[in-house]
Amino acid sequence: MESASDGPGGMSLIVKTVSRLVASFILLFGLYIVVYGHLTPGGGFAGGVIMASSFVLMLLAFGGAFVASFVSQRAPALWDCLGALAFLLVAVSGYFGGAFFRNLFAKGEPFHLLSAGTIPLSNIAIGVKVAASLFGVYLALAAFRLTQVPKER
Amino acid sequence: MGLQALPYLMAMLLFVIGVYAIVAKKNIIKVIIGLMITEYAINLFLVLVGYRVNGIAPILTPDLAQAEFARRTVDPIPQALVLTSIVIGLGLLALMVAIAIRLYEKYGTFDTTEIKHLRG
Amino acid sequence: MVNLLPLFVVIPLAVAFGLPLLEKLHSPERTSEVVAVAATGALCAGALLLLNSGAGTYWVGGWAPTVAIGISLVADGLAKLLLCLVSLVSLAAAVFAVSYMERYTSRPLFYALFFLMVAGMNGVVLAGDLFNLYVFMEVAAIASYALVAFGCGRDELEASLKYLVVSALASTLILFGIGIVYSLTGTLNMAQVGARAPALHANPAVTLAAAFFLMGFGLKTAMVPFHAWLPDAHPSAPAPISALLSGVYIKACGAYVLLRLVFSVLGASPLVAHALIVLGAASMLVGVLLAVGQWDLKRLLAYSSISQMGYVVLAVGVGAEVLARGGPKAVASLAVFGGLFHLVNHATFKSLLFLCSGSIEYATGTRQLRELGGLSRTLPLTSGCCRIGALSIAGVPPFNGFWSKLIIVIAVVQAGHWALGALCVLVSFLTLLTYVKVQRYALQGPAPAALARAREAPWPMALALVVLAIACVGGGLLLPLYQGALVQPARDVVLDGLRYAQWALGGQG
Repeated sequence: MESASDGPGGMSLIVKTVSRLVASFILLFGLYIVVYGHLTPGGGFAGGVIMASSFVLMLLAFGGAFVASFVSQRAPALWDCLGALAFLLVAVSGYFGGAFFRNLFAKGEPFHLLSAGTIPLSNIAIGVKVAASLFGVYLALAAFRLTQVPKER
Repeated sequence: MGLQALPYLMAMLLFVIGVYAIVAKKNIIKVIIGLMITEYAINLFLVLVGYRVNGIAPILTPDLAQAEFARRTVDPIPQALVLTSIVIGLGLLALMVAIAIRLYEKYGTFDTTEIKHLRG
Repeated sequence: MVNLLPLFVVIPLAVAFGLPLLEKLHSPERTSEVVAVAATGALCAGALLLLNSGAGTYWVGGWAPTVAIGISLVADGLAKLLLCLVSLVSLAAAVFAVSYMERYTSRPLFYALFFLMVAGMNGVVLAGDLFNLYVFMEVAAIASYALVAFGCGRDELEASLKYLVVSALASTLILFGIGIVYSLTGTLNMAQVGARAPALHANPAVTLAAAFFLMGFGLKTAMVPFHAWLPDAHPSAPAPISALLSGVYIKACGAYVLLRLVFSVLGASPLVAHALIVLGAASMLVGVLLAVGQWDLKRLLAYSSISQMGYVVLAVGVGAEVLARGGPKAVASLAVFGGLFHLVNHATFKSLLFLCSGSIEYATGTRQLRELGGLSRTLPLTSGCCRIGALSIAGVPPFNGFWSKLIIVIAVVQAGHWALGALCVLVSFLTLLTYVKVQRYALQGPAPAALARAREAPWPMALALVVLAIACVGGGLLLPLYQGALVQPARDVVLDGLRYAQWALGGQG
């Protein structure tokens, strides 16, 4: 992203340098909140928001035009739908265990990372969905100015 | 009335402030902020419903027996309600801001007294 | 069959999130429309199958209520009635939208929002506990705000913002009421609240919660004085969405929840019954008086929606009042039956009228009555269906509106409210006047030169119109055949009131 240092939009050089260093840690922290959602507070939604905020940080620091040049408008919407469908898949897979949304995977021992059956899967699906959709909302409002108008009726 | 009612009164005061902002302000952004204030006031009210004096947070840790946990924890159900309500409020806020931006493109202003095309 | 209840929510959600994916995978041109019609058809078939199988409660995740705090989906008579209505009207709207939405861009997004709204309404109708009711209601509401603004013109955006602010405030009040009910009873499951409700009925907090629910759901049902959002929002939406909004949304997220809360959860008290009667009477009168003066066709239909929903709320309120004061059960039964039957009829004829107005707008480009004329010659099918819809809503025999209004008037008079009965008849005359105005200006008279090139609607739109028109005619004449399966179980649920609690918990708990 060397060309971003002199590009238009975005903020000053200090902000850009620090954001470049910090954004991946924020993303990692959000991922941690999502994956440990069945053990500590947080879970899918809170972790997803933190992940989205790391993307939004890059957007704010480097300017909308720059981010729009390498993120297509379709990608967030695609991941949004995939996350939602994954969640529905987890819910419907409960039918194999007897009831809708039943927790049918091995429960494991409490307080371990690999435990609680389908709950971590639901958390991850929701985390992906929320991160993608919040970033998509931010892109739509700030980076891509939607210029579609309805045809004449 | 008593001192236990004081937090609920504060939540109600916040709600009334939000309603005042919706009703009396002319700028769409201020109306949106007022609506979000009412939402947060209701979330506060719900959390207060589940409060237990000297309670602990509803997180089960390995060193806590289940019976003692159930005896001392604050009610976790309102907290689940509040989480969901916050998400709904977020979706609503995103939609409201998007509509407000589009309105600005059409009318050129955020002033509600000028956005009164529909009448009757 | 009860085991498949969650599918009524899962299928629309899956379609809503799958359609943008399909669009990104560069699928053939009409995929969204085909998938939409297929999905709504499947939901309709499912609802009809559910009607014939037994009623029941489904506990999600297999969490029985004695062991854990579970989420339940309840399909009793009232829920099945609303489910059938939602499925039928959404099928008609989806078929209509196949050609109507050609004039709009972003059609996969339209269908995604459409199915989010259907998923939300199905969830509201099937929900067995208060909080899931609220969540699904919000899902449907947010989808409807976006759909009202779909055209992205000045009027649509303004209408959507007004609708959004007012409706979000109502949702906040409803959440308030839910919080109060939870703090009083310690449970969110509607059946468990109903079981603990009789012990609480002297508590003033219950009255406060009931007041919040009446305000919030009165606003969702567009009762006067909470009606101001409807005449802006419903005309601005695209025609299939107007049909869905006026036809089922204000019933599923408004009248149904009012019925459920007033009868099965909190119990019918005299205060709430009188409040319902006042709301219903005011809506009837104000709605029709404002409708007569309108020159915009869809705005006129929206005001008349307010008036007809007033009939439903009035009839149900009279039934509640008779029950609360210990009057003859037959009178209450008749009143509630009339209200529910009018709910069914209003769904069919109001969605038919909105789809007709959409067809008129598609052909002529305008919805102002002063600019229309002579459509009975240029658009014969549309104007025939419009006539059927207008005669139904005005209460002309043998169409379905006549029978439901007759039952309501008889029940109200038998309950002793002579003035209300006279009001019902007066409002019926004024409704007839409104629709005679529509016929005079839109369908008859000379055709203006600007409309000379108007052609009849394409076959998907015509198909939807004809199906709903047949439902209007058949709804009246075939009443003895279907009322036992469709309307009577719903009426029995409403009259049973708090016995819902034992039934829902003891059924499969």
